[in-house]
Amino acid sequence: MKKPNSKDQASSYRKLTRRALVVGGLQLGFAGLLGLRMRYMQVEQADQFRLLAEENRINIRLIAPSRGELFDRNGVPLARNAPSYRVVVVREDAGDVDEVINHLGQLIRLDPGETEQALAEIKRSAPFLPVTLADRVSWEDVSRVAVNAPALPGISPEVGLTRVYPHGPDLAHVIGYVGPVSDYDLQKIEDPEPVLRIPRFQIGKVGLEARQEELLRGKAGAKRVEVNATGRVMRELDRREGQPGADLQLTVDIGLQSYVQARLGDESAAAVVIDCENGDLRAIVSSPSFDPNLFVRGISVADYRSLTEDKHRPLANKSVQGAYPPGSTFKMVTALAALEAGVISNNDTVWCPGYLEVSGRRFHCWKHGGHGHVDLINSLKQSCDVYYYDVAMQVGIDKISDMAKTLGIGVRHELPMSAVARGLAPNRAWKQENYNKTWLIGDTANAAIGQGYVLASPLQLAVMTARIATGRSVTPRLVKSIDGIEQPSGAGEPMGINENHLRQVRKGMFAVSNDRRGTGYRSRIAEDTMQMAGKSGTSQVRNITKAERAAGVISNNDLPWERRDHALFVGFAPADRPKYAVAVVVEHGGGGSSAAAPILRDVLLQALYDGTPPLEAYPSSDRERIREQQEKLQQERIDRENQRKTSDRA
Amino acid sequence: MSYLEYNVQSTPTGPRKILYLNWPLALLLCTVACVGFLQLYSVAGGSLYPWAEPQMKRFALGLTAMMMVAMVPIWFWRNMSVVAYLLSVILLIGVELMGIEGKGAQRWIDLGVIRLQPSELMKITLIMLLAAYYDWLPARRTSHPFWVLVPVMIILFPTYLVLRQPDLGTSILLLAAGGGMMFLAGVHWAYFAAVIASGVGLVSAVFESRGTDWQLIKDYQFRRIDTFLDPASDPLGAGYHITQSKIALGSGGWTGRGFMQGTQSRLNFLPEKHTDFIFTTLAEEFGFIGGISLLALYVLIIVFCIHTALATRDRYSSLITLGVAITFFLFFSVNMSMVMGLAPVVGVPLPMVSYGGSAMLVLMVAFGLVQSAHIHRPRGRRR
Repeated sequence: MKKPNSKDQASSYRKLTRRALVVGGLQLGFAGLLGLRMRYMQVEQADQFRLLAEENRINIRLIAPSRGELFDRNGVPLARNAPSYRVVVVREDAGDVDEVINHLGQLIRLDPGETEQALAEIKRSAPFLPVTLADRVSWEDVSRVAVNAPALPGISPEVGLTRVYPHGPDLAHVIGYVGPVSDYDLQKIEDPEPVLRIPRFQIGKVGLEARQEELLRGKAGAKRVEVNATGRVMRELDRREGQPGADLQLTVDIGLQSYVQARLGDESAAAVVIDCENGDLRAIVSSPSFDPNLFVRGISVADYRSLTEDKHRPLANKSVQGAYPPGSTFKMVTALAALEAGVISNNDTVWCPGYLEVSGRRFHCWKHGGHGHVDLINSLKQSCDVYYYDVAMQVGIDKISDMAKTLGIGVRHELPMSAVARGLAPNRAWKQENYNKTWLIGDTANAAIGQGYVLASPLQLAVMTARIATGRSVTPRLVKSIDGIEQPSGAGEPMGINENHLRQVRKGMFAVSNDRRGTGYRSRIAEDTMQMAGKSGTSQVRNITKAERAAGVISNNDLPWERRDHALFVGFAPADRPKYAVAVVVEHGGGGSSAAAPILRDVLLQALYDGTPPLEAYPSSDRERIREQQEKLQQERIDRENQRKTSDRA
Repeated sequence: MSYLEYNVQSTPTGPRKILYLNWPLALLLCTVACVGFLQLYSVAGGSLYPWAEPQMKRFALGLTAMMMVAMVPIWFWRNMSVVAYLLSVILLIGVELMGIEGKGAQRWIDLGVIRLQPSELMKITLIMLLAAYYDWLPARRTSHPFWVLVPVMIILFPTYLVLRQPDLGTSILLLAAGGGMMFLAGVHWAYFAAVIASGVGLVSAVFESRGTDWQLIKDYQFRRIDTFLDPASDPLGAGYHITQSKIALGSGGWTGRGFMQGTQSRLNFLPEKHTDFIFTTLAEEFGFIGGISLLALYVLIIVFCIHTALATRDRYSSLITLGVAITFFLFFSVNMSMVMGLAPVVGVPLPMVSYGGSAMLVLMVAFGLVQSAHIHRPRGRRR
């Protein structure tokens, strides 16, 4: 169809060349534009983009510090950080998550509720993030998972640290426990540290763990990591190690502590052992106790309810929180106040007919028939109430109250434990302030024998005993050293009480335990070098009416438990060079000399011998019974040990 | 000028043809391909797998294909143009019928050995046919409305098929390359003015259609346009690609972070770092110097193509060479505009550098045609 001529050809060639040059020019122009754009972005705006790039890729991650550990005075661990195993799944490696979890369920026991939660979390989170399927997995289960690893894609065991209290209930009230940070905790803390927001981070909830949280927690470290677009960590750029929490050594002797716990048994009771020389608290026991490990794990509702509904209140730390009327154990305070005031001397006697008429009201002595002529030593030995009614009338409440405070009652001892009770040493001003009533003479009579408004915790009673025993204002100390640095001793300065007066009171206390007619004679220490001095106390929790008294006071054994008297006993030994002071309170235990004194004696001996005392230390009549008791306690401890081992394995 | 009029005796024959190859062009292509290997090695985190080594094999295959195409006289290819075009159209329809789903778009046809992208093939066969058409058409009829309509149909039919896949990037490339061919062939500029005017009208129509029953393009394409216009509007969603690409590219600075030190690309902030966004990784690691050097290499390739085209008196050879140059130019300019935030993300690879078999093979075949045109250019006395 075409007959090309050369003219036509030449013109079309020229046109093609022209157009080719136009197109080529456009192309070069556009390429130049691209070059300019490149220059603009990479040279002019480079800094800005570089900044954006850094923000993109660098993330700061916190490293949780390892919590400080707790040891007893001999270096026995009381709270450790133990590895805890958990089984996690990574979705992107697992493939069919449901099937893999199903398979895992055939190997180890999975909690259906937890599994459901985990599945929900898997759906929410990034595919490369591990999600916990089972926490606190036993070593056996971990190995089972590891062995079957090929059949369980994406499943792997992980190890973390968790708090473990190897002695379980024995120190639960002192140490308390830790738990994961709750929203409630965060609300309470002003400007919470970022470390608290680490998932599963544990903080002290109760007791020493809570009170020394700052020390124990340490400082969080941080690492700068390079992350990719989805947040996966590619590599670590640098790392600033955190500072682990401080290790604390307590003054507690775990051997003694465990013994006392076992000795108190199921009683609702408390006992405190204090070192007279330096104020070290060798044992602070509240019974019954609970297993703090349950709380770390997350306690079940049933377990928690059984703890809160128990009449004996296992969760309460009775040794420092409990405030009891000290009863006759307060008589030393009244006596010392009177001696210091000079209203009595040791030879003065008071006639005890069994009661004292005070402004028209009759105050009874515990002994119906009365004690007859009573001097200071006898008044302590036989715990004559009338003697103290009488001297209290002379010395007045304010001096008694001051003496109580000097001896550590009604003042708060600063200890890193929860809710340390202040107790109460009432005086006129106090009553006016709190009740807007004038102090009555009857109030003084009641206070003189540690009833009425007077309140003291077992800790305060132990401190009081130590102060009477030494004449120095011994202050209790719970933390022996922090990271190896010894803490100030609680030996204290002399209280400024006449040594003669103290000696009189100690003599009376010695008589309580070692005189045939002393209220604590049956629970004496037979070993001559370790003889104890003590004082019994029985504090009423009810009023005894006139009619009741006339009909004969109902014996404690016939009363319902919660209406029985509290039994108290304080004591120290050896009497001539005091080493340990002890206070024992048995709630609703009945008489102090019968319920509390034997416990106190056993505890003192255990502390003095630093272990099971020989039977020779006991009065010969008791030895058979004591041997049985020692065997029984020994057996119980072995049983508990075994039980713990099996529960650890489970 | 028909192939019968060539002075056949003066064109080289046999293995001697290799000596007459456009060696600078071949070397430039090899250099660019090497840049590609280097970058693929880098984005794989310093590993030949999974990208660099397969790419090398494909390049070797492409080089062989280029040589084979170059050895065959250009007039053979001209005569094959219609067949090649029809074959491509059939393959495109085949994709429509039996293509497998890949990336939400039907683009591949599985031939067992390789997965072929007929749309890639279309890019070169369209140019071949148009070159052959304008070689055949007498120059004075070029601007006649009927003879303009024919190439328009030739362009629009495959463009429509590709758009249906849907592959917006390739459709634009086909349209632009086809238009470029028509412009080179000498179609009157008034047609182009009219097309541009109606194009503006069409774009507004597309935007108008949004959200209505007769929506012309898919939602994700709309979103890409949106984020092109305002990437900051959705930095973690649809605008993510462009934003991240710009950050990576911009943070390269003058000299870049150094080979294999491109943090943004290695940390997966960059999408498609081994294909469409490979230029970003290069610009991040080698900076402005590196980026501008690659651009210079590309420009040189274009310059050599235009030089080859103008040096030959054969109209088909000129047109095919210029067409290849336009296609090549469109590839890299659209890709670079895209990663630099000048154009929407449409999915056009960086030629000879991006990982991908089909595109590279087709380009090498196209350069084979250029080489063939160069080797078999008319020699001797002009008549």
